[in-house]
Amino acid sequence: MSEIVVTRVPHKRSIPFGQEAAGALSIIALGAIGYFLYPDDLAFLTRLIGIAFLVLSLDLVTGYCGVATLGHAAQFGVGAYAAGIACVRGIADPVALLAVGVFAGTIMGLISGALITRFRGLPQLVLSIAVGQLVAALANKLSWLTGGSDGLSGITPGKVFGIFNFDMYSRTAFLFSLGVLVIVFVLLQRFVRSPFGLMCRGIKDDDLRARMIGVSIYPRLVLMYGVAGAVAGVGGALTAISTGVVGLDSVSFERSAEVLVMLVLGGAGHLWGALAGTIIFMIFEHIVAAANPFHWMTLVGLLLILIVIFAPRGLIEPVLALFARLKRKGSAA
Amino acid sequence: MRTIFSIMTDAVAYGMVLFIISIGLSIMMGLMRVVNLAHGAFAMIGGYLASYAIRDLHVHYSVAILMAVIGTIIVSIPFEILLYRRIYRKSDPLIQVLMTIGITFFIIGIVNFIFGPSLKSIPLPQTLSGPLDIGFRMLPTHRIFVIACGVVTALALWLLIEKTEFGIKLRASVDHSGMADALGIRTEIIYAVTFALAIGLGAFGGVVGAEILPIEPFYALRYMVTFLVVVSVGGAGSILGALSASLLLGLADTTGKYLAPEFGDFFFYLSVIFIVFLFPHGLFGRSHA
Repeated sequence: MSEIVVTRVPHKRSIPFGQEAAGALSIIALGAIGYFLYPDDLAFLTRLIGIAFLVLSLDLVTGYCGVATLGHAAQFGVGAYAAGIACVRGIADPVALLAVGVFAGTIMGLISGALITRFRGLPQLVLSIAVGQLVAALANKLSWLTGGSDGLSGITPGKVFGIFNFDMYSRTAFLFSLGVLVIVFVLLQRFVRSPFGLMCRGIKDDDLRARMIGVSIYPRLVLMYGVAGAVAGVGGALTAISTGVVGLDSVSFERSAEVLVMLVLGGAGHLWGALAGTIIFMIFEHIVAAANPFHWMTLVGLLLILIVIFAPRGLIEPVLALFARLKRKGSAA
Repeated sequence: MRTIFSIMTDAVAYGMVLFIISIGLSIMMGLMRVVNLAHGAFAMIGGYLASYAIRDLHVHYSVAILMAVIGTIIVSIPFEILLYRRIYRKSDPLIQVLMTIGITFFIIGIVNFIFGPSLKSIPLPQTLSGPLDIGFRMLPTHRIFVIACGVVTALALWLLIEKTEFGIKLRASVDHSGMADALGIRTEIIYAVTFALAIGLGAFGGVVGAEILPIEPFYALRYMVTFLVVVSVGGAGSILGALSASLLLGLADTTGKYLAPEFGDFFFYLSVIFIVFLFPHGLFGRSHA
């Protein structure tokens, strides 16, 4: 992984905010394709964007910090439940609900970060699972608050900015989610290249060396978990707002495992990898799982094994290598 | 008194099932340092094979257990050669998690494609299905049988690891695999045999414990976490650790279900977080540098 850092840092940006603009434009372009070509599947695409936040969040802790976690859905679920409960209790403004989700996700992220990043290896993995399952058990048992196994329903958010109503074709929900995704993605692009983000990368590559040069690892990882929690909280709140229900599946172990698969499929350690993995996985699932869920499981399992053996850095890696080669050719000429 | 006694029987039987299945995983994690999330999937294969053998081939229960164990080991051989060998002692747990989750999904999909997605019962023979009179109380024979299986497994493993030449080589490989290799111990053979042993124990536990942990399509996913927690709480590679953790968690879970069914899972995972946070290498485990 170290070579990536080396090739990136000395690279001079010719256009200020060029990368951010490219990221924003690409997402808008992808969104436009979805919006105009598949107007009947907008509800599904909105759900996809919600999950994309969770995968981006997981990328921050797994891809950038090397934390192995199987309980990341907790942050997403807490954000979703917080936004849902706030909405049921009377807060109608979608932006305020989003803020509630972010706040709850951040708190949850800080708590789980404080527990999970204390250790490495097996204890870390088991703690992450236990935290995730604890949240799932709470969501199930506190049924007066969360609706239990029936799910939390009756979430009817008001108009976005007081103008755009949520319609039954999910047009507003889709555009609103897409807009939030663009903003969050651009912020994250800046964030992962900040000194803090680069230091987290350094911790992932060699935590002993990081400690030797005087970095205190634990507070940084907890902070990173907090940021990841905020991103996941955005996704949870958006999903709650756009679908109108929050079910137990949003905190389940399966959800946590699934997003890990999506992240690795696309490529951990790249924001684009997280997005690409989500899009590929969700679309395939949408098509295959509808036909036969067990064929889908076989296929995912096989795919995962193949990825780990042949492309451990994800599908995004060859694409990035191609870009790098083109760039080198361009500068040589 | 009656309640306490039946809770205890159920708890110990449940704990023993957990022990038989998890001890294989524990040995594997102690020796090969593989976080094998697919262990439950192999237990599931054992259960499906036993169910098929009894219901369709009409063989006796004991023969079915034997067929299930051997069949599962045979099924697992290609996985060992093609996949597991790559991740033995590799330090990155993320790769191991991903590959073994992939194997789990793959096995769930294939098994349900072959045997059909329904709950599989493993009918008990006459001698095991009724209650047993132990003098002052009647107990379900099957529970006693499971507990006996657990005790025998623990004793046999202890003998194997502490008293035989294979056990000596195994312990040498656990402590320092490079040095063991240099001294002429064929560690790859030790690994392969241990893998087969672990999978066989998993399948055995899956069949014997089918009354308590029913064999169903998502068995491998449902109990994946439980087995991993047992190993983590007990400490990887420790028989005593796995036994005490299984009984402890079995007791906590069963008592919770009897006394406070509302919050069973909650207290279970809360105690797991406490134990793992205080003893990151398990109650009886050692840290591996």
